[in-house]
Amino acid sequence: MDASVSRNPPAPDVATAAALHDRLACAVRAPAADRVQLGHGSGGKLSAALLRDRFLPHFGNPILEQLGDGAVLPALDGEAVISTDTFVVTPVEFPGGNIGSLAVHGTVNDVAMMGAEPRYLTAGFVIEEGLELELLDRVVSAMAAAAAQAGVTVVTGDTKVVERGKADHLYVNTTGLGIRTGTFRPAPDRARPGDVVLVSGPIGRHGMAIMAAREDLRLDAEIRSDTAPLHTLVRRLREAAGDEVHVLRDPTRGGVASATNEIAAASGVGIALVESEIPVPGPVAAACEILGLDPLYVANEGVLIAIVAEPAAPAALAALRADPQGEQAAIIGRVVADHAGMVVLRTRIGGNRVVDMLSGDQLPRIC
Amino acid sequence: MKYLAEYRDGSIAQALAAQIRREATRRWVLMEVCGGQTHTIVKQGLDELLGDAVEMIHGPGCPVCVTPLEQIDKALQLASRPGIIFTSFGDMLRVPGSDCDLLQIRARGGAVQIVYSPLDALELAIRNPDRQVVFFAVGFETTAPANAMAVWRAHQLGVKNFSVLVSHVTVPPAMTAILGDPQNRVQGFLAAGHVCTVMGWEEYEPIAARFRVPIIVTGFEPVDILEGIHLAVRQLEAGRHEVENQYVRAVRREGTVPARTLVEQIFQLVDRKWRGIGEIPMSGLALREEFADFDAELRFGLGEIHVAESSECRAGDVLRGQIKPHQCAAFGRTCTPEHPLGAPMVSSEGACAAYYNYGRFRVTQSAGA
Repeated sequence: MDASVSRNPPAPDVATAAALHDRLACAVRAPAADRVQLGHGSGGKLSAALLRDRFLPHFGNPILEQLGDGAVLPALDGEAVISTDTFVVTPVEFPGGNIGSLAVHGTVNDVAMMGAEPRYLTAGFVIEEGLELELLDRVVSAMAAAAAQAGVTVVTGDTKVVERGKADHLYVNTTGLGIRTGTFRPAPDRARPGDVVLVSGPIGRHGMAIMAAREDLRLDAEIRSDTAPLHTLVRRLREAAGDEVHVLRDPTRGGVASATNEIAAASGVGIALVESEIPVPGPVAAACEILGLDPLYVANEGVLIAIVAEPAAPAALAALRADPQGEQAAIIGRVVADHAGMVVLRTRIGGNRVVDMLSGDQLPRIC
Repeated sequence: MKYLAEYRDGSIAQALAAQIRREATRRWVLMEVCGGQTHTIVKQGLDELLGDAVEMIHGPGCPVCVTPLEQIDKALQLASRPGIIFTSFGDMLRVPGSDCDLLQIRARGGAVQIVYSPLDALELAIRNPDRQVVFFAVGFETTAPANAMAVWRAHQLGVKNFSVLVSHVTVPPAMTAILGDPQNRVQGFLAAGHVCTVMGWEEYEPIAARFRVPIIVTGFEPVDILEGIHLAVRQLEAGRHEVENQYVRAVRREGTVPARTLVEQIFQLVDRKWRGIGEIPMSGLALREEFADFDAELRFGLGEIHVAESSECRAGDVLRGQIKPHQCAAFGRTCTPEHPLGAPMVSSEGACAAYYNYGRFRVTQSAGA
């Protein structure tokens, strides 16, 4: 999830317009059965119906259907890796996905970046009273499809409903559990001078898809979020380069810039990136130009950064490129002993500049 | 991207830089006026390519940076009032006022919204007839036409709940002030291409003649800027001082006449204080009397505010080119983008923030050398 795409409470005009609309439309309002009501979170019959009609048909599996206070998992066959994330994206639906698919991908990718195979997922929902049930269906079915694609089972969950205006449509929390075996254990502090920095695909698509949807930018070419599970790419890297894969990171909020900075700091090394090698899709570059943003800081949800020992780099690159998801994988830089803790970019015109962490969100420039 | 990639071509840029180094018989001191140009120079490392041939001083052309503290405080006051939706370009949100910024006002419940155009703010007013919508009209001549258009449209449509907090500034008086300073070091200017797209360059001709400096109307991409520098160096080497246009794909001598006309209809020239520099005569734009109804300061009865800047901050010396950002004792120590003491550390176009964000590596390296 990207903090830069979760900035506002609902815009005042929208809230006012919605309230006004509701007052005016009261007499002809759609039947309440089309929308989530506070009672759906009460723990009573409505809650049971919501679970039965809206969640179980999508997620149904023997562990979830135990419907106990907790899920009982079979004994694990390796180290357990666990990660949690909460998703509050606005708008809830965007080109390329919705908050449901994002909530699966975001968490299974965090588990995969630890070198584990994602297996199980929990899902918690905070729903705003009045949410259309059809929208909830679309979110839950996208979640189920994403979970199936990622090979994870949703084993337990929770739903709360809050009064209208106390949340923005719905928020989703997921916790992922994965299994790690063998000696494959990429970690942020394992980058060593001489290692090669790879990126698995073109950057900036998720963040700019959200920005374009939110700002109603009418671009010639639609930008679709790259939201996708990364475990297949990780598996390929593991097969091709094994322990030579030192670091894996999905550059979500803060983008490639923040992810590489975190690695440089954790490993006590410098990272030298080459601007001309970093794949940025044309529409992303154009939208960034218009809004005065830097694609290096824009969120991704289906791209990974791998830092690999130099001898294994060609095999790692080939393995990524052999997968449709990694067709445009590229070597974008190197780990160096100089400027420890810092990321320096070789610009297209041959100058150097520091790529620092942002102090907050990127703010669009005046001119 | 077509029309951009050509101007970011590394081999063309390096060839131009080599030519500048060959032609310069001494070290020339040039100022780029515009923050957008500063951003490109520091972000792309253009200054590295120039070697000893040219020293670039980063001028006062960052609208966020020069907006006076008093106006920021007025914006904070308005944004805190219930019933007001305060709208602004994004990069004004983090500019520190006397005790906080617009982001903090928003966190405390103020209705602060980012817009990309003043016309969006006007639309917001039309859609929210029971709220007052104020737009923070800052910037140079570049943003003035759109702001003038919003006021004009509001006037035509009779929109009563829209107003603007104006803090516009204009470039030529600032250049005159810099050149008239007894400590001035600037020998030539890169004028701001987008300002000239609107205004043309007629008003720069008397400045070039009076102070005997070349003024090159210059674009914003790396190749634009290097071309601008090249034209300036060529004039300096030949002892010429003329206005020349590098940005021919966007700028004509007379500028964009309908935009100029609209700006003149809505705004008039007034004395204006610049943050870090002080008052410059006839350097600001204010609403004409006919449009005073749209003046947020009058509508909401904001009186005169007097405030003091941080004594540690040397923004004025930076903006006038007396020191480089990292030569300020506060730079990177008590003054960072997280806790800016002065405005040039806030906006990515500000010279201090540009040095901090993009140049720290070079600064520490040269300090260690």
